[in-house]
Formats: sequence, structure tokens, C-alpha cells
Amino acid sequence: MMIGSRDELKAHAERFRREMAAEKKRVLVCTGPGCLANGAEKILQEFQRHAVNAVGATRTGCHGFCEVGPLVRIEPDDVVYVHVKPEDVAEIVETTLVRGEVVERLVYRDADTGAAYPKESEIPFYASQTKVALSNCGAINPDDIGEYIARDGYQALARAALDLSPDEVVQEVLASGLRGRGGGGFPTGRKWMFARQAKGEQKYVVCNADEGDPGAFMDRCIMEGDPHSVLEGLAIAARAIGADRGYIYVRAEYPIAVARMKNAARQARTRGLLGANILGSDFSFDVTIKEGAGAFVCGEETALLASIEGKRGMPRPRPPFPANEGLFGKPTIINNVETLATVPQILRRGAAWFRTIGTETSPGTKTFAVTGQVANTGLVEVPMGTTLRDVVFGIGGGVIGGKKFKAAQIGGPSGGCLPEQLLDTPLDYDSLKKAGAMVGSGGLVILDEGTCMVEVARFFMHFTQTESCGKCVPCREGTKRMLQILEKIVAGRATLDDLDILEQIAWVVKESSLCALGKTAPNPVLTTLKYFRDEYRAHIVDKKCLAGVCSAFKSYVIHPELCKGCGKCRKACPSEAIAGEIRHPHMIDAAKCAKCGACAEACAFGAISLE
Amino acid sequence: MSVQQTVVIDGLSVPIEGERNLLELVRKAGIDLPTFCYHSELSVYGACRMCVVEIDKMGIVASCTVQPQPGMVVRTNTEQLRVIRRTILELLLANHDRDCTTCDKNGACKLQELARRFGVQDVRFGQEDAGLPIDRSTPALVRDPNKCILCGDCVRVCGEVQKIGVLDFAYRGSDATVGPAFGKCLADVDCVQCGQCASVCPTGAITIHSDVDRVWKAIHDPKMKVVAQVAPAIRVALGEEFGHEPGWAAPGKVVAALKSIGVDMVFDTCFTADLTVVEETAEFLERLSSGSRERLPQFTSCCPAWVKYVEQYHPNYLANLSSCKSPQQMFGAVARRFLGRELGVEPENLYVVSVMPCTAKKFEAAREEFASDGRPDVDAVLTTQELARMIRETGIDFDKLPIAPFDLPFGVSTGAGMIFGNSGGVAEAVLRAAAELLAPEKTSEIPRSRLVFEEVRGLDGVKEATVNIAGNEVRLAVANSLGAAAEVLRRIESGEAVYDIVEVMSCPGGCIGGAGQPSPSHLEVRKQRTQALYDVDTMQMLRRSHDNPYVKALYDRYLGDVGGKKAHSALHTSYGTRRRIAGEEIKFSSEEVDGKLDVGVCVGTCCYLHGSYDLLRGLMDRVARHGLTDRVDLHATFCFEQCEHSPNIEIGGSIRGNVTEEDIDEVFEKEIRARLVE
Repeated sequence: MMIGSRDELKAHAERFRREMAAEKKRVLVCTGPGCLANGAEKILQEFQRHAVNAVGATRTGCHGFCEVGPLVRIEPDDVVYVHVKPEDVAEIVETTLVRGEVVERLVYRDADTGAAYPKESEIPFYASQTKVALSNCGAINPDDIGEYIARDGYQALARAALDLSPDEVVQEVLASGLRGRGGGGFPTGRKWMFARQAKGEQKYVVCNADEGDPGAFMDRCIMEGDPHSVLEGLAIAARAIGADRGYIYVRAEYPIAVARMKNAARQARTRGLLGANILGSDFSFDVTIKEGAGAFVCGEETALLASIEGKRGMPRPRPPFPANEGLFGKPTIINNVETLATVPQILRRGAAWFRTIGTETSPGTKTFAVTGQVANTGLVEVPMGTTLRDVVFGIGGGVIGGKKFKAAQIGGPSGGCLPEQLLDTPLDYDSLKKAGAMVGSGGLVILDEGTCMVEVARFFMHFTQTESCGKCVPCREGTKRMLQILEKIVAGRATLDDLDILEQIAWVVKESSLCALGKTAPNPVLTTLKYFRDEYRAHIVDKKCLAGVCSAFKSYVIHPELCKGCGKCRKACPSEAIAGEIRHPHMIDAAKCAKCGACAEACAFGAISLE
Repeated sequence: MSVQQTVVIDGLSVPIEGERNLLELVRKAGIDLPTFCYHSELSVYGACRMCVVEIDKMGIVASCTVQPQPGMVVRTNTEQLRVIRRTILELLLANHDRDCTTCDKNGACKLQELARRFGVQDVRFGQEDAGLPIDRSTPALVRDPNKCILCGDCVRVCGEVQKIGVLDFAYRGSDATVGPAFGKCLADVDCVQCGQCASVCPTGAITIHSDVDRVWKAIHDPKMKVVAQVAPAIRVALGEEFGHEPGWAAPGKVVAALKSIGVDMVFDTCFTADLTVVEETAEFLERLSSGSRERLPQFTSCCPAWVKYVEQYHPNYLANLSSCKSPQQMFGAVARRFLGRELGVEPENLYVVSVMPCTAKKFEAAREEFASDGRPDVDAVLTTQELARMIRETGIDFDKLPIAPFDLPFGVSTGAGMIFGNSGGVAEAVLRAAAELLAPEKTSEIPRSRLVFEEVRGLDGVKEATVNIAGNEVRLAVANSLGAAAEVLRRIESGEAVYDIVEVMSCPGGCIGGAGQPSPSHLEVRKQRTQALYDVDTMQMLRRSHDNPYVKALYDRYLGDVGGKKAHSALHTSYGTRRRIAGEEIKFSSEEVDGKLDVGVCVGTCCYLHGSYDLLRGLMDRVARHGLTDRVDLHATFCFEQCEHSPNIEIGGSIRGNVTEEDIDEVFEKEIRARLVE
């Protein structure tokens, strides 16, 4: 059914709200990536099988608290169940949906205090979050445009298309101080202003949904949980700059996100919220969902544009900036998913409201994908300026297993590792940059004392080296040599000279690379060198890995008191490094040992270990 | 009065005068910032990062990617910039096959030059040998990926100037390479062997396939009478190899040099260029007067890269190509047929060497159209660069060489033959001849209007003109590069333009900008060579090809009438399509039974993308299910040239297009089973 005017949009919102209110209870089953992997689909089917009158069971996007998934929330009671299994469904239906009582055994309990939290809003993980970009995630069925409209969806587009001039839309976003959530933090309004002022009949808007940082999954969750907010944000951007065509460039490895974005676009088109003369205005706009093949560098905007154009995804020098010469040579803006999902809220609630959240230079909220050695892994959204400590120890619940916090790796391969003494760093663009890291897309990996920081640097350098497009010399060749030196260090073969060379190439790569991938690639190395230099030195000088991770510094040992002298290890050893007589304890010749571990596997008495 | 806008470069105020970028401004200021990937005639690539500068408030940037802004304060020589440039050089060297002594580019390599300039003595990252295979598949070029520094110059010249794009990047990170698609060799892709990639390559990654050793062998063979022909563009460029300014015209030196290295006789390709003009003009006037536009416009066919281009991409225009052999091959033809007789040498003992500015000429000489009984008319093709190398090898002092004349009978030529080396030269030579042949009255003094056709001169990409020749309007176009040729063809196809004659030279500037010419060969150099050839032309007594008395004599003694039967058999040829890989069918049934129904499913790109593979599978299933495998010859095939109706199936000789999966049952029942029942 077409929605041809603002009145019709209002009427639809009313009708959808009435329909939803008719359901006395709603069961919201999280089908985010984590919960889905743990059987959420089956749980949803079980709820639908046990259908009770006036109860709607629906799939939603990510609820955020992935650690305790699969998650099920029941509204309007705000009751949330954790670690739900399909066989729990019957009990939930019987107890909560029919009798209105809580299933105590499925309620979240704090690991330390043992306190039970039946309501989601009271769980510490959620209590200190502020949801803007994620406000609909987990609350609505992403495949139903009605639920989005019922929650004031497309009202912001109505305002942009009917009440405001394109310049006023730009002004509103400019006034909000919104900065790009994809990494660099460039003011979104300024980008729009440049593209608005650029001359050209044909302009384009592009949504950068090529999320590729290891450990980041917020864009995926937004697209899977609230695809219409991205579409609406993109349409508003198009209105602002005078574009009638948009692209959403999403990696093909996100099949659910692709399907939901496509479905959302189809629904919006059917309702007339995409297409000609949207809501009866003079604004026409449509989108194409473009699937990328998954190269990390295609998240860089000029490489992304090349990829849409059907060329090899390689960055090109800027200027000219895409705002002047972008897709197919036309003025183009490229915004990240989270940025665009925030835009409708700004248009609906005003720039002043947005500025009440966050800091002066970084207003609003930021989502972080919290992973690693932390108690509460998941997707969180906090006001900009929240300290790292609050996220790790407050929302995140601290390091698991009672271990000591060592570092937070923030911003993925472009970011850096922040040590304990920087736990009070506010999470905003400027503070993080000062600390040598960056917000990036918001991946936040918590590392405990059992992590080798040199190995972390090596891991990320391996990532950027293989994902470099190979165009400019510093990035292509420099990262390769940095990786080689890091490999030498973890293998215990490096000298202090190598460390000097490593630092110098890191500096050259950072200063002289063509695009942001190269310019930020040395960050994991530079920050670990800055904050954990002793670990590097220990590998090189003392031939030791302080965290006890790097296998080069370990050897297999046969414990004579446990060894029965059966000879199995000797037979298993491919390097003939083990000697000994039958029924007498055997010995390993460290010089010959290849550390393959075959002996330890073969030993039936647990007499061989790596130390 | 407007104030002069300036940029401060290393403390020096430098005026902005429309420079394309800061790099050009810095170079104008007399500072030669090093680059690998910057070419003024190609798009800005910004990959080598050697041209980094430090700009106040901007920091370190690559100057090729920055627009000069008034008031900018730029430093080009700081400690940090030096560290960056040196490190980049070291990084490149670490990955580079550093066997400089045996490299074709030794002494002319940009990487070698900069390593010397920067005094790189130690490469801290060692040396890696990827051991990638070297591509010697074409007679024109050698591609050694182990020496590639991935500056992308070849990729851009092939894609942007020639608009062919046989080279591109593949793989990522340090695995990145440049090469033809799917790791194929150059001979197996659409490369026209123009060699412009080699011409811009800063290292030895793409070089000319050398014929030097073959020529030495012939020279030192006492049985062999070695005769050489020298193309017009050589005489205005060879001097550059020995320190002379571009455009220094020295035909007598070239002859003397060839003689001194042991070539027995030296002839002038300009002579056979005159022969070409005579034949081609006759052909053109015949086409023009035939009353039909079927074979118009007439395309020139002197440029072998262009001929291959037509064969590959526009076989529908093959009939438009002039059937005249190129001057090189006309020389080969008359030398092999008549010269031996003249000189009293057995034809098999006559060794014909060409000295050409061109790599594609090597490909042309090897074409089977230009061989008789397996022996090519032209035995070996040397480029200007290779000739220079042979001269240097002998130790002969080029400057001290006396001047020598070309040998007869193929040593006298006209100005028209000389300008063949310039873009627009062939068109102008033909116009000169046509103007004379069509002129109503013959005059002793030739009016300038019948000699000089400014319209076709110059280095623009596409030159168009309408020339009035004795009351006939002749519409012509000159394409200066294959990219320009593509544009001319577009104009023809869209109906935007109608031409009677079209000249195409694949290399920018024409043959004087050929890939075999000395390096560098940029726009300024090409301008000087072009002017030199026009100067040579004006100094000639004879400036029209049919005035050449030796050409007349050749017709009288051997060739008979212009355009006649004898001339045709010696001087004309024909070309064929190279559009598709021919004859590749994939059979699914082995036994040959007569009377099988032939069913071919196209699995070419377009049909495949439209699901032809599913059709093939569906048909295989049904054929097997109905026990018809011995009665149906089902095979996959490539392209029926009906791509707009893809997917296509050919059943018993008739092609059916737009077949969908839903149609399979119908096709099988009505067109396959029904026929078998008949």
C-alpha cells in the first residue's frame, strides 16, 4: 500500500501501533549473529509452534549482550531470558506468557554478586548504555517496515523532504556536530555541504557497509536489526545534496544483512518511500544494494567507489575528493552505516538534542563491539567520552577468569593497543588519536595478561599486509618488511637493530602511504612499541616471551618421573629428536626438536609438556 | 593588474602558470623530484611516493597529487623526506631482480639511476627472488615480472592511451603483480604489440624482444648477403642514442653505421613507402569512384598494431583496410622477388633486415601472410634501440662516421615517403598523389595547395578534415593512437561522421613515437622528431611518390601496371578475423556415429552468465535419461556471435536464442526427440 503523504505516513504509524498493541505480549527473539549461531532460529520456531492467543513471537536484530545469548525478551514486561535453549520455550510460554510469572532459572545473574536481574533495563550491561543508532535493534522485526514506521520511522525523511530545504537539512546535520562513525571522524555535515555545493546534475550517495575490521560487527548488526534506519538516513543524505540515486556497498560475507537490506528496500519501494516523489514531495530517490567481494581495502572510500564502478578496488589519490568527483566522476558522499542510522534521529529530535549527548567535539554516541578476554562480550552503545574503564569494567564486567587487564586493542588493524595506565582515556575521536589509537569502526578487543603484545602486533600486521591493495610502495613493501621483522622477533631471531629498522619503516609507512589503510597500518606496532617496549626487548635480548605465548621460546620436556619408557614418543617423532632405552625415561634433543607436538600427543602418561 | 600568484619552494618564489600539479611546478623551479609512476601524458597515479614534499600546514604529501595554491610554502629537501625516499628505494630494490649487468635496461633503468643518485649502498631488507616466469611469447616484447616495481605506467598507457587494457594488476598486498588476465602470456591475449608499455616502463620489466643476435649471425655468415631497409623515423631519432638532440636528422649516418657493422647494402623504406602511396592511392581512387560506399572509408594498413586491432575488435571493417602491404612488407616482397636477381644472389642467401621504430613490425614480419615457403620476406626486425646497441658493441664512434648514401635501386625516395613516419603522413602522401592524379591540368610548378595539407598535421588525437581535390570533397580522419582510433570508429558507427579515408597510427605521434625509438619519447621529444621529418620533406627535390623515377622503373621492369595483376600479387595482401578463439569444442560423447544430431550449447561469457551451463546440464540429463547418448552429439561450444540473444543453442545447424531453463523440456521434446523420430 502506498504512503503518498505525511498524513498517510501518520495514519500508517497509528495503524501499526494499534496492531502491535493488540498483542498483549510480544516475544522478541534475538537473531543477531551470535544468537543465531547458538540456535535462535529453532527457538523462534518453538515459540511460533507454541503460539498463544494475543502473543506475537518475532525475530529481531542483535540485542547486544552476545555473551549470554541466545536472548529472548518479553514485552511489555521487559523480562529477558539468557542462554535460552529450544527446550526452554514450553516453560517460558507456560510460566511467563500464560501465567505472567518469571522463569527464575533463565534470568541473568551477575557472576560476582549472584544478583538476579529479570528486567533488561536493570542489567548493568544495559543500564549504562545510551542507544541511538541501536535504538531499534532488538526491538523490532527488521523484515517488517510497519514496525519501523510504528516507531516514528520515516518521520525524519518526511521532515527533510517536506519541511526543510536541502540546505536546511545540511545545516541541521552540521549543527549536530555528527562525525563519521566509520573511522576517520570527519564531520558529516561538512561532507554533505561540499557535495551540496559541488556542481553537477547527477550526484550520488553511497553507504559504506564494507565492515572489515576483525572484531567489529556493529554495522552488520544495524543492517540486520534495523535496515530501514540506514535507508532513511541515506535518503535524507540524498535529499540534502540533491542526489536521486544511492548505493549500499555491503560485503557479500554478510548474507543476512544483504537479504534484510534488499527486503527493506523492496518494502520501502512498495510503500512509495523510495521512488518518485517520495511522500508527495519533489524528491525522488532509489537505491541499489551492491555486494562487495570482501576486500578490506574496499572500505576505503575511493577504493569502494572503484569497486562499484566495476574496477579493481584500489584507492586513488585525493583530491579530487568524492564530494566533487566521486562515483562515475560525479559528486558523491560516502557515509558509514552507523552514521546514516544516526541521521534520522538527529532530524527527528533535533541537533540540540544530539549535542546533549557525548562531548563538545564528539557529540552523540558510539557503538563498540566488545570482544576478547572480557566477561560481557557484545555490542554496546555509549555516549562519546565514556572512559575506556567504564566500558571494560562497567559494561564489560572486567576481565574474565580473574586475570589482569593488559590492553585494549581499539579500532582494528588501524587502531592501537591502550595499556592499563590509559584506562581513563575518554572514548572520543580526539582523545584516542592523541593516545595513538583511533575510534575506527569501534572494534574493542580486551587483552589479558596472557597475551603477548608482540604477537598481537604481528597478527594485525599480517592482516594489513595481506589486505593491502598493493598500489603504493610504502604500504605494499613496507608492511611486508615490518611483518618479516615481527616474525623474526616472535621467533627469537631478531636483533636490536631490527627494532630500529622496524620503527623507521613504521614511520615511513605512516607518513607516506597513499590511503588511510597504509597510513594507519603501523598503529598496532607503534602503540605496542610505545606502551609495551619491554616485551619487544624481552623477545630480542632475553629470548623470552613475557606472556609465555610465543612457542619459539618454549620447548618440549619429558618428565622422567612420569615417563615409563614405552618408546611411543620416539616412534612418533618425525625429527628423530627423542632417544632413550625401553623402560627407561626418554630425552628430547632440543636442537633437533621441531616443536610439532607429536610426542606429547603420543604419550599415554602425560609425561611430555611444553614449557 | 593582477598580482602574480606564487608558491614558495625551498625559499624560492615560483609563479603558478597553469601547472597540472605541484610536482610540475617544483620541476619548473629546477628541482628534479624523482618519480617512477608519474607521466605527464597519463592520469596521476600517486603510488611510488618518491615525489613527497613537505607543505606548511599540510605535512608530508606526494606532490603529484596536490594542486599548487597561492601562498603555499613547500620544502623538497628535509631529513624526513630523504629518509622516506631512501626507504622506498630500498624497499623496491629488496624485491627487485638486481642482476643489473645482464639486464636489457642496464644503463637506462630509472630504478638503477635513482639508486645511484641516492647513493644506496646497502639494502637492509635483503634480496628476494620471486622466480616468476618470463614471458617471451611474442616476437615484439619480453615481460619479466621479477623486475616490475608496480608503478602501473604500462597499465595506464595500455588502458588510457591505447584503450586496450591487456595489462592490469592482480592479487593483493605483496603478492600484487601486473600482467595479462588469468596469468596468460601476451601472445594469448589481445595485445597488439605496439610496445608503448615497454616505452614507458622505468625498469627492465617490459623490454623489446631483441633480434640483435640473429642479425649478427647473418652478418657473420659468409654465404649471406645482408640487406637492410631503414624506416623514415629512424633517421630523426638514432642520434639521440649518441647524445644528439631529438630531431637531429642524419640519414647518411644511419647508412654509414649499418655498413660499418657489416650490413652489405642499405636501402630506404621511404622508397617502398612511395610504392605504397602509389598503390594505395590507386586503390583509394578506385573505391571512391566505384559508386558504392561499401569499402569506404578506406583505412590505412601500414601500422601492424592497428591491423591486429581491426582483426581483433572490428573484423567487420577488414574489407575497409587497404589491401596494400605496409612499406616494410613491400620492401620484403620486392627484395625477395627481384633484388636477388638484380644482385645475382640466390634468394635464400639474401638476408633481409628491417630497422624500424616499432615493436609491432617484428610481429608483422613474422605473420604467415608475409612468408613464402616458410621463409619470411623480412628475416629480422631491429628497432632503433637495437641498432644503437649493435653500433656500440662494435665500438664505432658514431660521430666520426662519414656520411653514406642509400644504395640503389631502392635508395631514392620522395618527401612523401619521408613523412610516413609522422602521424598524418600517410594521409598527406596519398592526398598529394590524389591531387596530382585528379588535377584537371598539369603544371610544371606544383602549387603548394597540392603539396602541403596542414589539416592532417599536428599531435592531436583525432584530426578531421575535408579536403577539396580537383573539385572532389575528400573527407578524412587521422587517428593518432589506438584510443583515438576507437573514437574515430565510434563516430563512424554512430553516424556522427562520414569519412572517405582514415589514417591510423597506433603510437602517439606516429612511427616517430614508436616503442622501438630511443628513450625518453615524451611529447616534447616527439614534437622535435615530427618537425625534423617535415623539414627533411621540404628539402627534397621530389615530394610526390609517383614522381619517384625508381618506382616507375620498378613498375616497368617487374610490376607492370599500377594496381595491376603482377603488382597485386606482390604488393597486396588480406587479413582475417581474430575475434574469437576458433575451433574449440568440448565433446561429451566419444564414439563417432554418422547421422547424429548436432547439438551445441554456447558457454561463452554472455551465454554462460545467462545460464547456458544449466541448459547444458539439463539437456545432458534428458539425453541420458532417454538413452539417446549415441544419437545426439551434445557439446559445449564458444560463441555464435549472437550474444544479444544469449543463451544460445545450436540444434542441427539452426540457432535458437533466449532459451530459458523452463524451455528445456520443450526444446528437448520438439527439437531434439522429434527430429530423431523423423
